[in-house]
Amino acid sequence: MSAKNKATSEGLVTRTLLILAAVAYIALILLLPLASVFSEAFAHGLAAFKAAIVDPDALAAIKLTLTVAAISVPINMVCGVAAAWAITKHDFRGKDFLISLIDVPFSISPVVAGLMYLLLFGAQGWFGDWLTEHNIQIAFAKPGIVLATLIVTLPFVARELIPLMQAQGREEEEAALTLGAPGWRIFLWVTLPNIRWGLLYGVLLTNARAMGEFGAVSVISGHIRGETDTMPLQVEVLYNEYNFAAAFSVASLLAGLALVTLAVKSFLEWRHSDQLAASGH
Amino acid sequence: MATVSLPLSRTGRGRRKSPLPGLSLTLGITITWLTILLLLPLVALFLKSVTLGPTHFVDAAFSRRAIASYELSFGAALAAAAVNAVFGLLVAWVLVRYRFPGRRLLSALVDLPFALPTAVAGIALTAVYANTGWVGKPASAFGLALAYNPVGVVIALTFIGLPFVVRTVEPVLTDLGKGIEEAAATLGAGRWTIFRRVVLPEILPALITGFALAFARGVGEYGSVIFIAGNMPFKSEIAPLLIVTKLEEYDYAGATAIATVLLLSSLALLLLINAYQGRELRRRSA
Repeated sequence: MSAKNKATSEGLVTRTLLILAAVAYIALILLLPLASVFSEAFAHGLAAFKAAIVDPDALAAIKLTLTVAAISVPINMVCGVAAAWAITKHDFRGKDFLISLIDVPFSISPVVAGLMYLLLFGAQGWFGDWLTEHNIQIAFAKPGIVLATLIVTLPFVARELIPLMQAQGREEEEAALTLGAPGWRIFLWVTLPNIRWGLLYGVLLTNARAMGEFGAVSVISGHIRGETDTMPLQVEVLYNEYNFAAAFSVASLLAGLALVTLAVKSFLEWRHSDQLAASGH
Repeated sequence: MATVSLPLSRTGRGRRKSPLPGLSLTLGITITWLTILLLLPLVALFLKSVTLGPTHFVDAAFSRRAIASYELSFGAALAAAAVNAVFGLLVAWVLVRYRFPGRRLLSALVDLPFALPTAVAGIALTAVYANTGWVGKPASAFGLALAYNPVGVVIALTFIGLPFVVRTVEPVLTDLGKGIEEAAATLGAGRWTIFRRVVLPEILPALITGFALAFARGVGEYGSVIFIAGNMPFKSEIAPLLIVTKLEEYDYAGATAIATVLLLSSLALLLLINAYQGRELRRRSA
């Protein structure tokens, strides 16, 4: 290496050792577990993998997970965009408090989040009697699973959009307003093109967490096999039955989803970093 | 002049109202959203706690078994965050400062704990670190048990916490530039001295924030831990698991009391982290 940067960089040996240490740590903590999912899933051959996936309970779990994500992701997307619009395009009292409030679900233990809904909608909960009277089931049913998924994924879209829209300011929207554009057109034609990659980034993270949520959903789902077991819950059930091959087969689908998420995320960070919030996730 | 500029002070109260439309609609949606999903459930939890009465609450929240579970959840989260403070800094350093083949892949992998469902992480870590696994087997030859004990809990929380440290330190390290290091070098300082005396003080606030975020996440973590922990009461039972156990026994009161302790400590941690970040931000801009 040249003498010029000798003072501000390490020698070749130190550098190589540090890189190797970092790679070893990542391999030990992240890569080996990831590899083991696929290794265990295919340990008994492709036929066993396929049999585990087309099992009726597994298929029901896959369907439930997709349904729950299809309901909860759009809700948090629309509400997250609305929150970001109110916070970045307007001034009002208590804005900082509102921003902190949006952050709260990140610090709540998923199990505690699930329990809170049980206290509201469970048979002994606040609305328990009323719900039983009207024959509405929320806890131990699909609506409860959706609610639990909604709270754990609540911050992602808003948290990505707020710093981004704050940095972009209000000038473009105000210019469109003076040209007489109505509000929804300002949003669709001016704001949305500016935030679309950031929005996609937030939706991507929301979806990954929605399909993978375990603790909160576990508490509220009631574990009715073939009915209220999502894919992560199905993984637990199979694992606890010592049906490891099937557990890892279903798990490998979720790991595949995680890899796709990481790939798209890396692509967005690489290609559209100017349209993402500066802070890492 | 001072009296004129006073109403325009930073409270923003004198600021002209934003001409853009949609405030009542979007704010209405936001408040409804947060009320239904967050505030109402929080109130339900606290009210349930209050109705237990102080004696019953303390008995349930601070039983010997509950205290043992807090010690494990907080202790293991602390240990894992400490491990990640060291190795997360190393990973961030290598990613920012060096160019090598596979760097982008390594960087993408760091986010795996954010993307991989916790239950999948849990069974995968158990497969690797149990005494039949790729790492657990060689370790057991040395008499080391890495799963079904508190060590397993620390391993799971290390997995979960890594990206928090790396992603908090990375941008600060990138912005740091090499200017001050060059200055230190011209003054005759060696690499280690420069790192310890020049670089470390600059990135320390980010490192502390990353450490705190990893710790906070670890305290409440459930899915990745329960498979590898062994789940023995008083030994390897984390606090979130004790809540689930209480619920399975239909002991809603006991579950609520423990959940309230856990929730209040995470909210306190969140406030502390926010206050610390705010202070650092002001210090930097000052």
